[in-house]
Amino acid sequence: MSTVSMTVNGKAVCGEVESRTLLVQFLRENLGLTGTHVGCDTSQCGACVIHVNGKSVKSCTMLAIQADGADVTTIEGLADEAGLHPMQQAFMDNHGLQCGFCTPGMVMSALDIVNRNGNELDESTVRKELEGNICRCTGYHNIVKAVQAGAKAMGGS
Amino acid sequence: MYEFNYRKVDSVAAAVEAMQQAEDGKFVAGGQTMLPTMKHRLASPSDLIDLGGVAELTVVNVEDGNLTVGAMTTHAAVAASAEVQRAIPALARLAGNIGDPAVRNRGTIGGSIANHDPAADYPAAVIALGATVQTSKRAIPAEEFFTGMFETALEEDEIVTSVSFPLPEAAAYMKFENPASRYAIVGVFVAKTGGEVRVGVTGATACAHRGLLLEEAMGGELDASGIDSVELPVEQMNSDIHASAEYRAHLVKVMTKRAVEACR
Ligand SMILES: Cc1cc2nc3c(=O)[nH]c(=O)nc-3n(C[C@H](O)[C@H](O)[C@H](O)COP(=O)(O)OP(=O)(O)OC[C@H]3O[C@@H](n4cnc5c(N)ncnc54)[C@H](O)[C@@H]3O)c2cc1C
Ligand code: FES
Ligand code: FES
Repeated sequence: MSTVSMTVNGKAVCGEVESRTLLVQFLRENLGLTGTHVGCDTSQCGACVIHVNGKSVKSCTMLAIQADGADVTTIEGLADEAGLHPMQQAFMDNHGLQCGFCTPGMVMSALDIVNRNGNELDESTVRKELEGNICRCTGYHNIVKAVQAGAKAMGGS
Repeated sequence: MYEFNYRKVDSVAAAVEAMQQAEDGKFVAGGQTMLPTMKHRLASPSDLIDLGGVAELTVVNVEDGNLTVGAMTTHAAVAASAEVQRAIPALARLAGNIGDPAVRNRGTIGGSIANHDPAADYPAAVIALGATVQTSKRAIPAEEFFTGMFETALEEDEIVTSVSFPLPEAAAYMKFENPASRYAIVGVFVAKTGGEVRVGVTGATACAHRGLLLEEAMGGELDASGIDSVELPVEQMNSDIHASAEYRAHLVKVMTKRAVEACR
């Protein structure tokens, strides 16, 4: 076992892990942050997407020990006392979720898209950028609309 | 996944040493292939040596007519690099179409070519551009690097440190992708470098290779008019649920024509 420490949603955390402990396992089982989901465990579905040092990664395909010292953001880190993050609100307003299983990964990927492409996103950009996120309920139309609306809202317009 | 010793190193020399000391070690770069392989217990190394902290492996520069990309440069970094976009825009575009954004944020050029998945994108570019693979031991020409399905010329304790691409006059990559994984069902990279036209083919057969029959049909020019009449060896093509051998042979020609068109 080794000790890892990292910043998760702005808070310093540490824990004991095996070398093989996946980052998603550490988040869910050690820290109780169960908002990050495991849909496939085979790097395909994107339900486990989080941000590590500001970049989207599949947390089922990274070891906890590889995130030692990193700055991690999960879905739990988005809302504050004032309410939901604009991207979360946009998913709600646009019916961007059905069962909700894929939603945390969708939202974290959406924020990564905004970080790289700005607040005005056309539909084809969003569709291409969401290639790594699968929705079993197949609600893609509204997910795309939600990402576009959320991106705009984040720009303050 | 079975338990292993995790070894974080900060230099190529330390990584080689860790490998030599390990009973049955493996390097990990972006882990986008290695970790899924270990989860499936297709690999169960005693030691996993993480190249993630080796700063010397992330350089990208253009010098003496060569673009050099460090082995640990992620697909996202290659796609976004102003230097790569200027030097070989087709390479930046290739990197930007590997997998999805999260895979591109972790996966690396060194990992991709060392792994040599028969459907991976980079091998086609490495071959068509006549690149040289620099390792901890030697310099390996592209055509000697890829030796078979998931096989390369690398030795157990040998690390890819960078890939050097001579700057081409023109280059383009066309891939017919698997819509689920984005891996290449067939990918063709065409490049004209120093007056010579080369074709690199991936996805079609067990091993990324030079499309010599296609090059011959082009007669050293970016001219696709003779491609339709080329007879590719169908019996050497991969055949799976995604595409039959006949279909792949057809796709190689279509992708070649599109790549030539995009070069002009
Ligand atoms: C969902 C998904 C979609 C993908 N789609 C595509 C695609 O469309 N096209 C494509 O080309 N690829 C695709 N990939 C593969 C991806 O590009 C991987 O990143 C790549 O194959 C492996 O790179 P890595 O850095 O993750 O290497 P790792 O997984 O860390 O390592 C792979 C192998 O290479 C060895 N290795 C790594 N670095 C070195 C080095 N410097 N020297 C010597 N040996 C080394 C390791 O020991 C291991 O055996 C996809 C992967 C996933 C999960
Ligand atoms: S659980 Fe990580 S990609 Fe599906
Ligand atoms: S809302 Fe159910 S999986 Fe996407």
